[in-house]
Amino acid sequence: MSTRLSSGGRLIDTSKPISFTFNGKSLKGYEGDTLASALLANDQMLMGRSFKYHRPRGVVSSGAEEPNALVNLGKGGKFEPNQRATTTELFEGLQATSQNHWPSLEFDIGAINSKLSRFLPAGFYYKMFIHPRPLWKHVYEPFIRQSAGLGQAPSAKDSSTYEHFYAFYDIAIIGGGLAGLQAARVAGASGKRVLLMEQTAHWGGRAQIDEEMVDGVPVDKFVDDTVAHLQSLPNVTLRTRMMGAGIYDHGYLLGYERLSDHVPDAAGPRHRLWRIRVGHIITATGAIERPLSFAENDKPGVVLASALRDYLIGYGVSLGDRTVVVTNNDDAYLTAIAVKNAGLDVPAIIDARQGGAGELGEKARALGIRVETGKGIARVLGGKRVTGVQICAQVGEGAPLEEIPCDCVAMSGGWSPVVHLWSHCGGKLYWDAENVMFRPDVQNYPIGYDGNTFVAVVGAANGHLALDAAIKDACDQTASLAGVSNPPELPSVASRQDALIEAVWMMPAGAGIKLRSKAWLDFQNDVKVSDLQLAAQEGFESVEHAKRYTTLGMATDQGKLSNINGLATLAGALNADIPAVGTTTFRPPYTPISMGAIAGHSRDEVFQPIRQTPMHKWHEAKGAYMEPVGYWRRPYCYPRGGETHAQAVEREINQTRSSLGLLDASTLGKLVVKGPDAGKFLDMLYTNMMSTLKPGKCRYGLMCSENGFLMDDGVVARIDEDTFLCHTTSGGADRIHAHMEEWLQTEWWDWKVYVVNLTEQLAQVAVVGPNARRALEKLGGMDVSKEALAFMEWKDGTLGGFDARVYRISFSGELSYEIAVLAGQGLAFWNALLEAGEEFGVTPYGTEALHVMRAEKGFIMIGDETDGTVIPQDLGLQWAISKKKEDFLGKRAQERSHMVDPDRWRLVGLETTDGSVLPDGAYAVGEGKNANGQKNTIGRVTSTYYSPTLKRGIAMGLVQNGPERMGEVIVFPKTDGTEVTAKIVDQVFYDKEGDKQDV
Amino acid sequence: MLIFECPYCGIHADETELSPGGEAHLKRFGPGASDEDFEGYLFMRENPKGVHFERWRHSNGCGKWFHAARCTMTLEVFGTYKAQTFEPPQEIKDKITAKRPGWSWRTFS
Repeated sequence: MSTRLSSGGRLIDTSKPISFTFNGKSLKGYEGDTLASALLANDQMLMGRSFKYHRPRGVVSSGAEEPNALVNLGKGGKFEPNQRATTTELFEGLQATSQNHWPSLEFDIGAINSKLSRFLPAGFYYKMFIHPRPLWKHVYEPFIRQSAGLGQAPSAKDSSTYEHFYAFYDIAIIGGGLAGLQAARVAGASGKRVLLMEQTAHWGGRAQIDEEMVDGVPVDKFVDDTVAHLQSLPNVTLRTRMMGAGIYDHGYLLGYERLSDHVPDAAGPRHRLWRIRVGHIITATGAIERPLSFAENDKPGVVLASALRDYLIGYGVSLGDRTVVVTNNDDAYLTAIAVKNAGLDVPAIIDARQGGAGELGEKARALGIRVETGKGIARVLGGKRVTGVQICAQVGEGAPLEEIPCDCVAMSGGWSPVVHLWSHCGGKLYWDAENVMFRPDVQNYPIGYDGNTFVAVVGAANGHLALDAAIKDACDQTASLAGVSNPPELPSVASRQDALIEAVWMMPAGAGIKLRSKAWLDFQNDVKVSDLQLAAQEGFESVEHAKRYTTLGMATDQGKLSNINGLATLAGALNADIPAVGTTTFRPPYTPISMGAIAGHSRDEVFQPIRQTPMHKWHEAKGAYMEPVGYWRRPYCYPRGGETHAQAVEREINQTRSSLGLLDASTLGKLVVKGPDAGKFLDMLYTNMMSTLKPGKCRYGLMCSENGFLMDDGVVARIDEDTFLCHTTSGGADRIHAHMEEWLQTEWWDWKVYVVNLTEQLAQVAVVGPNARRALEKLGGMDVSKEALAFMEWKDGTLGGFDARVYRISFSGELSYEIAVLAGQGLAFWNALLEAGEEFGVTPYGTEALHVMRAEKGFIMIGDETDGTVIPQDLGLQWAISKKKEDFLGKRAQERSHMVDPDRWRLVGLETTDGSVLPDGAYAVGEGKNANGQKNTIGRVTSTYYSPTLKRGIAMGLVQNGPERMGEVIVFPKTDGTEVTAKIVDQVFYDKEGDKQDV
Repeated sequence: MLIFECPYCGIHADETELSPGGEAHLKRFGPGASDEDFEGYLFMRENPKGVHFERWRHSNGCGKWFHAARCTMTLEVFGTYKAQTFEPPQEIKDKITAKRPGWSWRTFS
C-alpha cells in the first residue's frame, strides 16, 4: 500500500494539516502537498481510468506530464474537469472526483473494452464504422459520442475572474530550477530587465529532491539565498506558479500565471495571461523522464523512478513497501538508494544494460541492493495494483527467469529534454544517439525579426543532464547573450561518474506480439507498442500520420511521456533511423491553459464595447427593442403597452407617414473631406460627379470597390469650395474612412486632401412626415420653408436655440429634415423635438420602420440589395454613374465581360399574388435543371416586408432579365415544400413621382 | 505576432497594432487598360517563398500605410519604408542582397 512515512517530506509542512475530499470521501493531507501526493498518502493509488479501454490508472509521474491522474475539481461556478492531480496544490476543502468511469472508479462497465482490446486495434473505428454509411450518423456516432470524452463540461458559468498582463523584458527565463536561477543571477548582474518564471510553487527544481549540499550549504538554503538575492535586484522580477506557455514570432512569449488555484477564496483574478515582448528568451525547462515499454506497464503502482523519488523525499510518501527499480540508465539508481535509505525494501534493480551503472551501482550494492544487469521485466503481475514482476533476459523473447513479489515498480527509460518552447517557433532538433535524446540544434534556431535567434536553451533542457554541466551551460550562455564579461562564480555541486545510457525501446528486445500488445506507450489513450507497429505495417509511415491513426500523443499530456518511445518504436518498425522518422510538431501551450485566461476580461458586457448614440439611454428608458448595427445598438422599434414588435413597427410607420416621426440617425457615418483636391478625389471615389456639386447642395452618391462592386452609398453635401461632408452607412463609417485613407496615402499621395471622421462628434435626428416643417417652425429659429431650404439642400442655422446643420434629404419618401447638432446637445435637442412635436402626435421610430419605408420607396440598402457581388448597374442606378468622367474606382471593372452580361440578375419589385410576405432570401426557379438535378434559379429576394402603407407584402429582388419581364409571374419554392408566386413590378411602391418629399 | 517598425512614428509596432494590406508596389490600371493588364492589376499576386514586399497599415497607431520587406519563410524583416514610393529604397535592397544574395522580386533585384 502507499502511505505517509513518519519522517521526510522536504516540500510539506506537517504542522499544517489540510482536509479534502475525493469522490466524497474525507481525507487528510498537509500544506505543500499536491492532490496526487495527498491521495497516495491515503493509499488512493487508483485515480482514474484510461480513455479507450477504461483500464485502471494510477499516478505515473509527479508533474505537468501526468497522463493518468486527471480529476474533476471544484463544483458549481468553480468546477473544472481534466485537472492533473500532480500539479494541483492541496488546499483546505478541496473537492475532487474521478472521471471517465461508470458506475464507479473501482468498478467500471466500460472496462469490458480492455477484454476486447485485441479486437480494438489502432484504426479500429476508422475501419469498422465506415460501412454502411447511413449507420454512422444514426447508430455509431451517437454511441461513440456517449462513451467518448474524459471529464464533463462544466454546467455552471465560471464564477472566477481572469486578466491579461502586457509586459516587456530584455530577458525572460523560463524554469526556476538551479539552471534557471543561475541564469537569472547572471542576467540580473547585467542590469537588464529580467523576468524569471517557475511553473510550480517551488524554486530549485529537481535539485531540491536529488541534491544534498550545493556550494557548501544544504540545497534548500542555497535556493533560498539565491532567490533572496534575486529579489533584492530591482531589475529582476520573479514569479512562481507561472508557466511559459508558448513562444511565438519575433519574441512574443505567453506566460500563464495561476494566482489563486491553491487559495480559491482569495480575492482577485484566478489566472493571469502574460503577453510578453522579450528581447531574449532563455528556456531552462529541464527534462522529463521516459517510461519503459514492457508488458502491463500501465498497472497502478508502475511509476517513473524520478516521481517515486519526488513522493518519497518531497512529500514523505511511500508508494509501496517493496519497490523493484527497472532502468536503462544510472539516474534510477538514485531512487533505489532513496527507497532503501527510507527503510523500505528494494528487492532488485533490473538494469537492461549488460555493463550496469557507474559509481551509483557500487553505492547501491554497498547498501545491499541486488542489481541484475542485462535483465528486463517480462511482465507485471497484478490487477488494480502491482503484485509482482517476472524478470527475463533483456536480449531474449521474455521467458520468465524469476518472479519477484513487489507492490511498486519504478521505471526509467532515460530523460528527454523539454525542447517544446524551443520548437514552438521553428527551432530544430538533432538526435544525440549516444545520450539517447533529442536536443536543440543551435544551428537551426527560432528566427527573430532581425534574422538572429531570440531563444536560448540551457541546462538539462539543452541535454546537460548532470547538474554541474547544466549550471555551467546556463551561466555561459546567459553571460554571452546578456553581455556580462565577468559573471558571478559558479556554485560548487557534487559531480558523479555515470555509465552511458543504452536505448531500450522494448523490454525484452525480442518480445512477441503477446507482450508487445500489452506494452503501453500512451497510458491515457491506450496506445501500445503493437499499435504503432500495426500503423507502420499498414503504411502510416509518417510520424504525423501514425500519430493520428493510433492517437499516440493526442492525450491531454500531448505526448510528453509517449512521443519519444512511440517514434522510436515506429522507427524500429520501419527499419529507419530515429532522426529520419523525426518528431511530431510541438505546439503551444506547453500544458493546457484555461479558456478563462485566454478570454481575460473579455466577457459579458466588456466582451465587445458597445457604441452608444447621445440618445441611447433615452431609447433604453423608453423600452426600445435594440438591435446590433455594427458596434452600435439601435432601436429596432419602440413597443408600447402590450404591442408586438410588428404592431409597433406598423404604428410607427403609419404615424410618420400621416403626421410626424423622429429617427435617431446619429450612427450615420459623417466624413469631412477637405482640401483643394477634395472634389477631384471624390470624383474618383464616387461613381457620380461630385466636383460639380454647388456649395449648399446635397447629392446621393455610390461608392464602388476597384472590383466594380457597390460597397457603400450616402448623401454628400458640399460645405464650401474645399469641403465636402460625406454620409456613409451606419456600419460603414470606419471602413469607408479607411478606404479613403488608403487611396489617398498609397495611390494619390500628392493630392491635397484631408479626411476626418466626425461620426461621433455629431448627433443627427431625422424629422420626418407631413408635419415635419410645422414642428421645426414651432421650435423657432432658421427659415425652413421650401423657398429657403429646398429638397436636396442644406443650411446652417439655429433651431430652438440649438446650433444646427439641416439637410433636406429623405430616406422615407416623406417631407424630411435631417438635423445635425453637436453630440453633447443631442439628447436635449431630441427632447426639444419631442416637445415641439407633441401636438402632432410625434413618434420615435426605429430601424425596422426605416427599412420598411425605404423599401416602399424602392430605395436600396447596402447589405440587403448588395452582397459584394452586385454592381450599381444591377440595381438600375445608371443615373448615378457618370458617363462624363474618364475614371473612377470600379469603372474599368464594370466594363469586364461578366459585368456587362445582359443576363445578370437585376433589381425589380415583387408583389405576391396572394398579398403574403415573401420569405427573406427565397430563390425563384425557372425552366430546366442544373447539373446536380436541381431546378435552375433565376432570381432571389433581397428585401421583403409587410407594408402597412399598402397593406400587403412587398419585396425587392434580383431577377434574371428582371426589368424586361414586368408583369410576369415567377415562382418561389419555400422551405416547407410549398410555393408562392409573385408578379414582377416596379420597385417603387409608394409615391413614384416623389411629390411628398419635395414640398 | 510580428513586429514592424513604423517608418512614420518610429514605433516598433506589434502585429495587433497593424493591418495587412497585401502585395506592395502594384501599378493601378484603369479605364482604357487591356484585359490582360487589368487582370494582372486586380487579381495576379506574387506568392514567394522568401523575399516579399507587403503593404501594412499602422491602423491602431498613427494610421499610416507603409511597406515592409520580409522573408515569408523565416519572417525576418529586412526593413520598412513609407508607402509613397514606386520602388523599395536602395538601402533596403542592399540589406536584402547582403542576406539573400541573388534575390529578385518582380522587376526588383
